[in-house]
Amino acid sequence: MSVTAAGEAPPRPGPMPWLRARLDDAWLETRVARTLVLDVPGWAGNDAGQHVDVRLTAEDGYTAQRTYSIASAPEPGRMALTVQRVGDGEASPYLVEEMRPGDELEVRGPIGGWFRWDAAWPEPVLLVGGGSGVVPLMAMIRERVRAGSRVPFHLVYSVRTPDLVIYTNELFALSRTTPGLRVDRLYSRAGLPDVARPPGRLGRDDLPPVTATAVPPRVYVCGPNGFVENATRHLQDLGHDAADIRTERFGPSS
Amino acid sequence: MNVVSRGFVGRRRDRDPRIPPGQYPERDFPVLSAGPTANVPLDRWRLDLTGADGTSRSLSWADLMALPSERITTDIHCVTKWTKLDTTWRGVPVRTVLGDVGDARYALVHSSGGYTTNLPLADLVERDAWVAFEYDGRPLHPEHGGPARLLVPHLYFWKSAKWLSGIELRHQDTPGFWERLGYHDYGDPWREQRYAGDG
Repeated sequence: MSVTAAGEAPPRPGPMPWLRARLDDAWLETRVARTLVLDVPGWAGNDAGQHVDVRLTAEDGYTAQRTYSIASAPEPGRMALTVQRVGDGEASPYLVEEMRPGDELEVRGPIGGWFRWDAAWPEPVLLVGGGSGVVPLMAMIRERVRAGSRVPFHLVYSVRTPDLVIYTNELFALSRTTPGLRVDRLYSRAGLPDVARPPGRLGRDDLPPVTATAVPPRVYVCGPNGFVENATRHLQDLGHDAADIRTERFGPSS
Repeated sequence: MNVVSRGFVGRRRDRDPRIPPGQYPERDFPVLSAGPTANVPLDRWRLDLTGADGTSRSLSWADLMALPSERITTDIHCVTKWTKLDTTWRGVPVRTVLGDVGDARYALVHSSGGYTTNLPLADLVERDAWVAFEYDGRPLHPEHGGPARLLVPHLYFWKSAKWLSGIELRHQDTPGFWERLGYHDYGDPWREQRYAGDG
């Protein structure tokens, strides 16, 4: 406990409270990923890219906590999460397959002061997402649209197969109607007949060099660790400074 | 009383007393880093040690290897909720690396790439803490903080700075990278001190 010159202890922040959240609406984005729209009275809002802790409690008091990215543009009292089912997971099967509108859980946050984007920032933005790593990046895209920002945004979104693309219609529509937003999708395992790029792991040629924008972009990379390691290596080879690259990783290491 | 989530059952395993509140056991070893993985060649590796009086010295990799090391089996707890039991490491106790710490009370730990984290000095020299350079019998992989990382198993794992490059002793506590971004100043998993204001 530090003491100020005047001898008074600085005020301690109170703990972030757990807030009651009620499922208002939900839909499947893919066979394994579901968006959950939650009403959260008392939620003050957040920055695009941040996440929340979710607490599930069973009838007998057993609890499980997990962390999920917020998918929606910031909004007081409301948030959308997109959860992809993990095969042997504890929380995600409930959230993706069982939870119904009207059911409740608790959230605490917002968490994460690093992997976030503010619409007042002037630099171009490069988003690199692997699989469900697109979720916090989508929050940034939605926030850019909501705030009317004009900064160049480029999303490079890699998925194994076309059926696993999350937000497919919204991304297609936004990329057609939003000046300054570019969306590149690529497939690592199997693609589509009319896609020229053969399926394969994210390569150097899939990413823009640091000179693609007038000033170096802020870079956000999110996905499984192997994807993030590969992407950040290519990005640095393309001239992007390590200090400009923010990463968020999930899942086990290989 | 928590809010009950209708239909949630959860995994009914016997609670392992080694798992702190809010954590779940993880078999794999997830990687969490705020930026790209640093790659530090051993011939360029340095550990800069700065006393609270401003005097400093610097260890090379050979200097570190010349110090007596220990084999460690311990549990680690990441603030993102996973706990990994019975991990095995090799490292040099921090108290051995630091030697005489004078009247300093805090440490600000530095990593290659600019990451920092702060700890009370007692947690590094009076509790078990190491400069770890092997994991599972092999050189510590860069993704997990190799060549050498701090290992402070009794605190959340963000305190165990990867790519260790410096330990700066101080009279005053100075928040590090995550501590300035809303995470708890101390980070005791058993008191669930995840974020500023907790416990």
